[in-house]
Amino acid sequence: MTRTLNIKDALNEALRQEMEADSRIVLMGEDIAGGAGRDDINPDGTDCWGGVFGVTKDLLGQFGRDRVVDTAIAETGFVGAAIGASLVGMRPIVEIMFADFIGTSFDQLLNHAAKLRYMYGGKVSVPIVVRTVTGAGFRAGAEHSQTLYSLYTHVPGLKVVAPSTARDAKGLMLSAIRDPNPVIFMEHKRLYLLDDDVPEEPYTIPFGVARIAREGKDVTIVGVQKMVHTALDAAKLLAEEGIEAEVIDPRTYSPLDEDTILGSVEKTGRLVIVDESHPRCSLPTDISALVADKGFASLRSPIKMVTGPHTPIPFSPPLEDAFIPDAGQIVEAVKSQFEMARS
Amino acid sequence: MTVGRDTLIDLWTRMVRIRRFEDRVATVAANNEADGFLHTYSGQEAVACGVLPPLRDEDWFTSTYRNHGHAIARNIPLDGLAGEVYGKANGVCRGKGGSMHVADQDYGMIGGMGIVAGGLPIATGVAYGYKYLGKDNVSAAFFGDGAVHQGAWHESLDFAALFECPVIFVCENNLYAESTYIEYHLNAESISAMAAPYGIPAVQVDGMDVLAVRDAMEEAIDRGRSGGGPSLIEAMTYRYGGQYEGDNQLYKPAKEEAWWREQDPLLRFRATVEGIIDSAELDAIDEQAAADVAAAFDIAIAAPWPDVSELTTDVYAPIA
Repeated sequence: MTRTLNIKDALNEALRQEMEADSRIVLMGEDIAGGAGRDDINPDGTDCWGGVFGVTKDLLGQFGRDRVVDTAIAETGFVGAAIGASLVGMRPIVEIMFADFIGTSFDQLLNHAAKLRYMYGGKVSVPIVVRTVTGAGFRAGAEHSQTLYSLYTHVPGLKVVAPSTARDAKGLMLSAIRDPNPVIFMEHKRLYLLDDDVPEEPYTIPFGVARIAREGKDVTIVGVQKMVHTALDAAKLLAEEGIEAEVIDPRTYSPLDEDTILGSVEKTGRLVIVDESHPRCSLPTDISALVADKGFASLRSPIKMVTGPHTPIPFSPPLEDAFIPDAGQIVEAVKSQFEMARS
Repeated sequence: MTVGRDTLIDLWTRMVRIRRFEDRVATVAANNEADGFLHTYSGQEAVACGVLPPLRDEDWFTSTYRNHGHAIARNIPLDGLAGEVYGKANGVCRGKGGSMHVADQDYGMIGGMGIVAGGLPIATGVAYGYKYLGKDNVSAAFFGDGAVHQGAWHESLDFAALFECPVIFVCENNLYAESTYIEYHLNAESISAMAAPYGIPAVQVDGMDVLAVRDAMEEAIDRGRSGGGPSLIEAMTYRYGGQYEGDNQLYKPAKEEAWWREQDPLLRFRATVEGIIDSAELDAIDEQAAADVAAAFDIAIAAPWPDVSELTTDVYAPIA
């Protein structure tokens, strides 16, 4: 059965269903239930927060504090503990409250989770999921608004997932939990309330398979997470001018579905990549290099990137709005491709 | 009492300016008049006002996302602070920082850090620099009780002790790490006890009593300036607001908050100065603070937004 759910509730359902099915799963993180140490005033097991954005709401009541673990503010400690527990058969899911906070635990991911299997001869694996929250536009300032997708994608051994719809969020979360490798699962804070049709029964969406969000023949627009929706807005504007854009949501960045992107560019001859992150060493530069390398013969105009600038994310509302790419910038980039066509 | 009347008046002025500012911030948040996460300081005034006034202007300190009180206790102008809350061009960071990242190094405030324990290594380095440069300055780092679990916390104490850096670590222990109660998140008997293994002198003080905090701070400053290295002060306090404005605070028992409100730093101060300062004089200062806050918010509300060209400025310092 399919119902309308938002991304927050779809993720909550994915966690609940998988925890019901697999007792090896525990959740760990800061305030993922909330009110720890105050069970005296919440005796019925109700949580206070359920995470800052409510993704883990009500899981405490069903699974108890043994499986929904509020940690101290100690990311290195609980991310590392998740790695260790996973080595002996558990399936920990940890939450880093904001992607920006990953800095305090990055060594455990960069030098341990990602490498243990490879450097220790392939006998062990690290089946953990690190859920974290990305994205600007929440007026949360420079230390609570970053996306940092490319930081993880750069590291061999990590898988990187960034869904843009509720249906994808649930299916990719179940794949992430069942994957035998460390998965960085990035949730955009400004997409949590976005509705979609979501099947009630558990289902998986494989990693490395892009979703074609809109079909078109004139230009390929690859959107990164929230920018998929901005690209769809731009596609509507372009259609009014007779340009049919194909919008692709890669959904996972490690692994990346190269074939779908290359196939689309082969059809359209034009590529625009849209990402709210900073432009250098980013997913757009990575995808540009892919197409320049393996799809150059298809290109009829220069590849264009639409990204945030090479600056931290400012708090001030008009400055933050100027930071985030909008549909108008995408339309301009596409039009410039038609003006700069090669013969 | 060793503190003179002028100093008492000054401490009261700073405390009520913080309280009235945060009253207004709470209203701004409740009415959705400003964007973003707002973390108010009400209840903790005696800590900022005990710690910061005894420092010299050139003694720099790091702050947290709960930083309005630190800025006001350091006499950063209220209009610039209010402007930063809105992200206006008149803000102390010209709107780029926001409420969580208030800073003005001209007042010694390196800035509010959004990452828990992020300021401790930096304040330690400031102290290391003072010592290396032959200055008799000290630095300070504010942090909450939740910060002691971070590696950065332990590494800072270790560095400061090893290199005898004149840094004062100031814990604002308000009993909650976000929504998590201290008896759940802390296994040590106290945060001040955690300094002992590092060889750092530490004291736990009544953080609702501005003069008790001030005494502890003066001792720590003397130690730092005279080559005695780092100190740690654990000030026991309470935040009346949530972790951020809008937090449901379901984790706080009503009786607990009522008990702490009886220890309110403003009430306590009034009791302390009874017979020295007339209550009408205190009232008048409080009313003036409320008027100053209202005027500051008027300025901030009327101020322009920063020009969009500012988005790309100040990423790098120019090469001289």
